[in-house]
Amino acid sequence: MRRTIADYPLVAAAVLLSLFGVIAVYSAGQTDVPTVAARAWRMQIIWLGLGVFVAFAVSRASVRLMEWLTVPAYLGACALLAMLLIPGLGGGAGDAASSKSWLMLGSHRLGQPSELAKITVVLMLARVLSDRREAPKSMLELWQPALVVFIPFALIMLQPDLGSAIAFIGIFFAMMYWSGVPMRLLILVASPGISLLLAYQTALWGAWFLLLLALVLWYKPYVIEGVLLLIANVATGVIAPLAWDRMKPYQQHRLLVFIDPTVDSHGSGWHVIQSQVAIGSGGWFGKGLLEGTQKRLGYLPEQHTDFIFSVVGEELGFVGVSVALALLCFLLIRCVRVATNANDSFSSLVALGLAASWLVHIVVNIGMTLGLMPITGIPLPFFSYGGSYLLACWIAVGILLRISTEGRGGRTGELAI
Amino acid sequence: MSFHPNDVARRSRFVTIALFGVFVVLLSAFFRTQILQNYKYSLQSEENRLREVPLPAPRGIILDRNKQIIAENVPGYSVSILSPSADSLRASLGRLGKLITLTPEQIEASVRRYKRAPARPTVVLADATFDVVSVLEERRVEYPGLIIQSAPKRYYPDSSTVASFVGYVGEVTESELTQASFQGYKVGQQVGKAGLEKQYEKQLRGREGARYVEVDARGRVVRDVGARAELTPAAAAPLYTNIDIDLQRYMTTIFGDSLQGGAIAIEPKTGAVIALYSAPSYNPNRFIGGIPADYWRALNDDPRRPLYNKVIQGQYPPGSTFKLATAAIALQDGVVGLDEHMRDACTGGYTYGTRYFRCHKKEGHGSLSLVGAIEQSCDVYFYQLGLRMGISRLIAGGVSMNFDKRSGIDLPSESRTIFPYSVDYYNQRFGKGKWTQAVILNLAIGQGENAQTVVNMARFYTALANGGEASTPEIATGAPKRTKTFALTAEQMTGLNAALMGVVSMGTARSAAISGVVLAGKTGTAQNSTDELHHHAWFTGFAPAKDPKIVIAVMLEFGGHGDRAARIASKIVEHYLKVVPTQLISTEGD
Repeated sequence: MRRTIADYPLVAAAVLLSLFGVIAVYSAGQTDVPTVAARAWRMQIIWLGLGVFVAFAVSRASVRLMEWLTVPAYLGACALLAMLLIPGLGGGAGDAASSKSWLMLGSHRLGQPSELAKITVVLMLARVLSDRREAPKSMLELWQPALVVFIPFALIMLQPDLGSAIAFIGIFFAMMYWSGVPMRLLILVASPGISLLLAYQTALWGAWFLLLLALVLWYKPYVIEGVLLLIANVATGVIAPLAWDRMKPYQQHRLLVFIDPTVDSHGSGWHVIQSQVAIGSGGWFGKGLLEGTQKRLGYLPEQHTDFIFSVVGEELGFVGVSVALALLCFLLIRCVRVATNANDSFSSLVALGLAASWLVHIVVNIGMTLGLMPITGIPLPFFSYGGSYLLACWIAVGILLRISTEGRGGRTGELAI
Repeated sequence: MSFHPNDVARRSRFVTIALFGVFVVLLSAFFRTQILQNYKYSLQSEENRLREVPLPAPRGIILDRNKQIIAENVPGYSVSILSPSADSLRASLGRLGKLITLTPEQIEASVRRYKRAPARPTVVLADATFDVVSVLEERRVEYPGLIIQSAPKRYYPDSSTVASFVGYVGEVTESELTQASFQGYKVGQQVGKAGLEKQYEKQLRGREGARYVEVDARGRVVRDVGARAELTPAAAAPLYTNIDIDLQRYMTTIFGDSLQGGAIAIEPKTGAVIALYSAPSYNPNRFIGGIPADYWRALNDDPRRPLYNKVIQGQYPPGSTFKLATAAIALQDGVVGLDEHMRDACTGGYTYGTRYFRCHKKEGHGSLSLVGAIEQSCDVYFYQLGLRMGISRLIAGGVSMNFDKRSGIDLPSESRTIFPYSVDYYNQRFGKGKWTQAVILNLAIGQGENAQTVVNMARFYTALANGGEASTPEIATGAPKRTKTFALTAEQMTGLNAALMGVVSMGTARSAAISGVVLAGKTGTAQNSTDELHHHAWFTGFAPAKDPKIVIAVMLEFGGHGDRAARIASKIVEHYLKVVPTQLISTEGD
């Protein structure tokens, strides 16, 4: 059995991003004030080595094997997420002490099961969607994929970990679209969420509701669907203010700060402002690697994890940011190519789902550093310090490589078993 | 799923475009933040990073007429703390308190300073001793916000000798900072509080420099030097004064510890103040870096009032020294001639209405000319002269000779003198018709509603010494304004001077030595309401009488007889002219 890793550009992008990330993590540890990040880069290198090794191993497993392993992996991931809710096994990390996203053994943090769950959800969704001959055409037909996402989503929301939960929603919609679900259906499905976002302003929500009513009449779904949909929209639009009251203060706070970062200049909003100052003061070429003053003097919070990109922006400037974004964009384009050229629908959906997961992370994380997104504590792929996620990213790279190899664009034919 | 290649290709195109769209949006967001808003954020980042530590500029030194130092700057140390919040400052001060002594007042003062300017380092000790600094320097790492720096400290080598005119400096107060004249001043800066230091604050103040330290998010100093180029402070130019420090020292020694009063010496031609001393004095060096509470209390509780300047603030009835003013007014207005006698000869007193006004000489002076009356300081003569002039004329003359105004010496807080501005003064004070012409009898001999500062009497005698012209007394070099104080003919001028000199042979002159110069002048023994038994002793005069080089005014509070003041004046003149006056004219008034 001899195989060659076919998609060199994909590997190159992942390797370059990881190296960029290690450098950024190293720099994040170089501060004038004592920081936990000081030695993070060493651990990051170890995790990177482990990740590359695992990716290599994964890339040697056939897609069929992955497909076969999907159900047990999914169930296992859900079980792990459920375990977090058992007192003593779930642990907090960093600032959100009430959040239980870490699997604990005693006082040791083993990892964040939600990172693993993202991959298994992609696999499971792909499996469920590829099993169907036709893409779901009505909302009722969506119950199966919806359930696949809902179980881990609910378990994660119970931790609670808003960032990862958002990632699941992104994965869900992207894979729905890729499987051929009509756009209008997706809009209808998303409508309760949009209602929720618009609930703070009654007039805006009213306008949206009328628009939705027009859409429903235009597309003529099943009557029961239409009614349920409208009820759901009313519920979210009207109940949202009530739900707001039930939110934990720190969640309320984060949302408020998202709407207006100056609400609290020394709380979460302060972090966003300092992150913007860091990035903004970088200018064209940045202050120089290791030289970021905002980072060095402790103005950047979580500078090695959530706000790692602020370090990049401050020290390497717009040029450095452009390089990083270009690499990330290239990686995702490559993923779409892999999905496009995949041999079968399962592989194609998996490739696209993994890309969607990355995209959500990238947009939410980077958007957060610029104050365009709420602070959700979601890591940036290949950059943020964190073993679980780096490992998960490289497992994804491994899966993508395998799919690429087996796909039409790959050079597997001559080298196949 | 529908996995037809055409469908996949269509979705692939859409997804790729959407991807590009997302990245273009992200990139433009970065472009906006990093390029378009770069200036704003860079500024904010620098503000985060740097704290300005002021480098105090040395004040201009103050020199005497021979370039001898009156006020200079010596190396000192200040201890300040950079804190992110008042609570953190309190905590730091609490920890500092374990190393060095900090009184609760000092802590409260520091917190107040912090609240006024949180971004500036809060001064804890404006003038730290070397011992304190070495203790702190040793443990510096434990106090991250601590800033110890050398700060030039004001020093007056002659200490209490010069305090009367040089004043002292202190930290600018909150109320001063709100005044327009203190625009541009910052909390913690030293400003002149009294004397020349205050008067010439604008000239003496140097340009403050700054260095920048880098602080972390919690306000701790992480980098002390090289964070940004520093602005070097610029010292101010020296202030040249007319003071003769040698004479000033002599004046101080002659007053000694027991005498209480003031003296001023003026160069008659220029109005330059050669020496000015108010006794007792205080040590201005103890005022630097905050006045110790006990010293401040002691100064304020002292019945001799060291902080009260007896030359420019104290108002005293001028007594007989004022008779020259009465004579000059009368001569100027042609009311009397130099040789003219009054109707009634002096028999030791004068009856006006139902009251009897005594002359200081019980047995009486007999009939005298004006010159003789000055020589003998005959009260009876001046009672009649006053009555002949009338109250309006006497007041108008006094006003024209600036007896109702400040002398205009270049020192802050000079008191106004007390002198009726017109007859209305009496109407207001006593009520219309409730006073009689009797007031003029007192006014004519320098009593009554007349209280002068020593400097203003000196100014008047400058005019006597200088042919009727007197310049505004000036301590710092400048071009003093010369004003015609009175217009007497040369003959009248000579007559008055002759009167002052003529006393030599007839008055109760004290001959001090055989050779030397003539000291012309007038003693005064002024009654005052504070202490009926102890009069204020005055002497105002000039020397040499023919070509005056120095005008001297000496006043001893509750000093008794005027001749005591005259003896002191004589010594001062002797020291200044390096000769011993041959005769001292000292005629006694009441």
